[in-house]
Amino acid sequence: MKFTRRTAIAAIAALGVTAVPAVAQQYPTKPITAIVPFAAGGPTDVVTRLVAEHMSRTLGQQIVVENIGGAGGTIGMSRAAAAAPDGYTIAVGNMGTQSAAPALYPNLKYDPATSFTQISVVNFTPQTIVSKKGLEPKDLKELLAYLKANSEKLNYGHAGVGSISYVSGFVFNAQFGFKPALVAYKGTGPALNDLVGGQIDYMVDQSLNVIPQITSGTIKAYAVAHPERIAALPDVPTTKELGVDFIFSAWNAMVAPKGLPKDIQDKLLDALSKALDDPAIIKRYEDLGSTAPKGADRGPAGLQKLVESEVARITPVLKAAAK
Amino acid sequence: MWDLISNLQLGLSVAGSLKNAGLCFLGCLIGTLIGVLPGVGPIATIAMLLPLTFGLDPVGALIMLAGIYYGAQYGGSTTAILVNIPGEATAVVTVLDGHQMAKQGRAGIALGIAAIGSFIAGTIATVIIAAAAKPLTTLALMFGPADYFALMVLGLMFAVVLARGSVPKAIAMILLGILLSVVGTDIETGEERLTFGWMEVADGIDFAVIAMGMFGFAEILRNLENKEARAVVSGEIGRLLPNMADLKVSLAPILRGTGIGSLLGFLPGNGAVLGPFASYSVEKKIAADPSRFGQGAIEGVAGPESANNAGAQTAFIPLLTLGIPPNAVMALMIGAMTIHGIVPGPQIITKQPELFWGMIASMWIGNLMLLIINLPLIGIWVKLLQVPYRLMFPAIIIFCCIGIYSINNSPTEVVLTAAFALFGYTLIKLGFEAAPLLLGFVLGKLMEEKLRQAMVISRGSLWTFMERPVSLTLLALTLVILVVSALPAISKRRETVFTE
Repeated sequence: MKFTRRTAIAAIAALGVTAVPAVAQQYPTKPITAIVPFAAGGPTDVVTRLVAEHMSRTLGQQIVVENIGGAGGTIGMSRAAAAAPDGYTIAVGNMGTQSAAPALYPNLKYDPATSFTQISVVNFTPQTIVSKKGLEPKDLKELLAYLKANSEKLNYGHAGVGSISYVSGFVFNAQFGFKPALVAYKGTGPALNDLVGGQIDYMVDQSLNVIPQITSGTIKAYAVAHPERIAALPDVPTTKELGVDFIFSAWNAMVAPKGLPKDIQDKLLDALSKALDDPAIIKRYEDLGSTAPKGADRGPAGLQKLVESEVARITPVLKAAAK
Repeated sequence: MWDLISNLQLGLSVAGSLKNAGLCFLGCLIGTLIGVLPGVGPIATIAMLLPLTFGLDPVGALIMLAGIYYGAQYGGSTTAILVNIPGEATAVVTVLDGHQMAKQGRAGIALGIAAIGSFIAGTIATVIIAAAAKPLTTLALMFGPADYFALMVLGLMFAVVLARGSVPKAIAMILLGILLSVVGTDIETGEERLTFGWMEVADGIDFAVIAMGMFGFAEILRNLENKEARAVVSGEIGRLLPNMADLKVSLAPILRGTGIGSLLGFLPGNGAVLGPFASYSVEKKIAADPSRFGQGAIEGVAGPESANNAGAQTAFIPLLTLGIPPNAVMALMIGAMTIHGIVPGPQIITKQPELFWGMIASMWIGNLMLLIINLPLIGIWVKLLQVPYRLMFPAIIIFCCIGIYSINNSPTEVVLTAAFALFGYTLIKLGFEAAPLLLGFVLGKLMEEKLRQAMVISRGSLWTFMERPVSLTLLALTLVILVVSALPAISKRRETVFTE
């Protein structure tokens, strides 16, 4: 065959056409790194390891969890945003890093809405309104009235500025006009310890963190801020059924650096979906007081919508607080 | 009483099964080997090895993790003694006399007494957990932020005792340590302090960065000043294991250390960190000749190492009885439990007694394994000291860098360690000591957090420290110690005045 420019172009074109799907078909050919921007053992880490193990089986390659903690998770997410969009670096952020961060960190190196290729929400963990055992009110209605009258004398505990319990408590207190003193702890553990010990009065925190204390009766639960009751707390009513307009879930979401090829994105979403539909994982989610995203909530479009609406809801409250 | 025995029996039957004992052994061994790397403390070791346990059943996995934890703790002490690098806060005081012993050719004895002390402390602490976990939890819950702050103030007193040389220099170092501890995000306002817009230090400076820079690297720089390449050990290496005389001297410090460590260990908010410092201070105070401390006194290794291990173990109390982690290592254990499908909390004792008691029994078995693994290994560790220094120091530096990098997967922290090395070297040249600075750094973080919590809860009233009986007692104790330790100084000055 005579090697002309035309055949060369044709050959390259043919290569180009066939090469791209071939790469995608082969993906993944090496282990994938999943950045978790928090310490090992935390809520985001636990849920990531849970689904990553299942996804590894579907993808035929190991997903290796890499914990890069610091600055409320923004260091790890900055690193993820700057990685190559080749599908070998993904990350799992949470409501803090993907919604509250822009309001809290003026020098943030990424924009949760535009710096990532969204994959999907991994789980929702509804918030639960809890108090120390000795607090007077018996139900949510009484609690709201009690807080209205006494909040300035009470102490709200949270796990540090930017933590989930900080953000959810802020939204809760702002919405009902409560003005408790805010007691800051380094992490949920110490805060919960002082709630059990009665040093602080109330908290709004992830169900995942408070379920063990609620079921053993060391703290009081008033309501889960969620439309439906959660399996791990069947006796705790929801804000919706009590007619109180306060719905608040924390969530974790899987993202990749911006510019991830569509077919790789689909492959990752498919593997995540398979994990989320596995009865064993559904059961584990229930134990943790978590729910998996369903229907329109699952997938990139649902996540993009969630990020935008959460940024719009949280930013003004945090900005107002900073003044 | 019978309950206790039957419970321990259940635990031993679970933990003593061939499979679980094997996992415990494996955990201790791997934990020791990884923990011996400079800078790789228990947290990094557990985080690194967590995936190893994924294929196991929950009981086996937790037993193995507990083994890894003890192993890493002991491995950290080994590094402290051999190469003068404390892998974590609790090993800082081990460095003081442990490394001096190593330099005198008594590394084997230091390592041996650390292992034996740890075993005795571990055995006693295991019984304490089994017998009194519940009442101790109630006690720990009464400890509020104000009481905690008072305890930390008392802790600062130790720093003065810790100092080998000038007291004003030690106080300057403590204050500098506290200052370094406030670098990072203010937890109450979210404002960044002393970070100069640098995101990497937004969560503060890591303990390992300072410890490794100021102890390990600075020491290497100083050693390199000597022209001839020399090994760490100057003289002959003597006996490998402690003899009866060593044991006799160490027994009382071991028991006192165990008591102090156990007591501080179960407190919320990482009280265990104070244990070794407290034990060292007590030993130095009651010693007939306090000047031996810092020159290789065996009590200065035996006491703190026992306190360390006892505290490491009683720290499991809040985790097991409440499901609330008192420190970062325990938070990691909770995460591991959740990954294995166990929801931690007060209900574990009743719902999964075999897990609860199995884990408690495995603590004792783990300590036994550590003794079995480490006594024969001592010979190998000590031989490492004879490696020529020109080969030794690059290896230490490389392992340190790997260790620091692995904490947060952050290259910036490696660079920061180098900066602290230069700073530490300057301090050595100027006659300042690093240990009080590290104590100030560790306590500073806790002190600030607790002080501000107490002040917010009391709405700014300082009386809160006087009104609470626990904090009042602790503050009064601090005052007494202060006066007592100031008295001899005053009378001594009078003497010198008179002799002139």
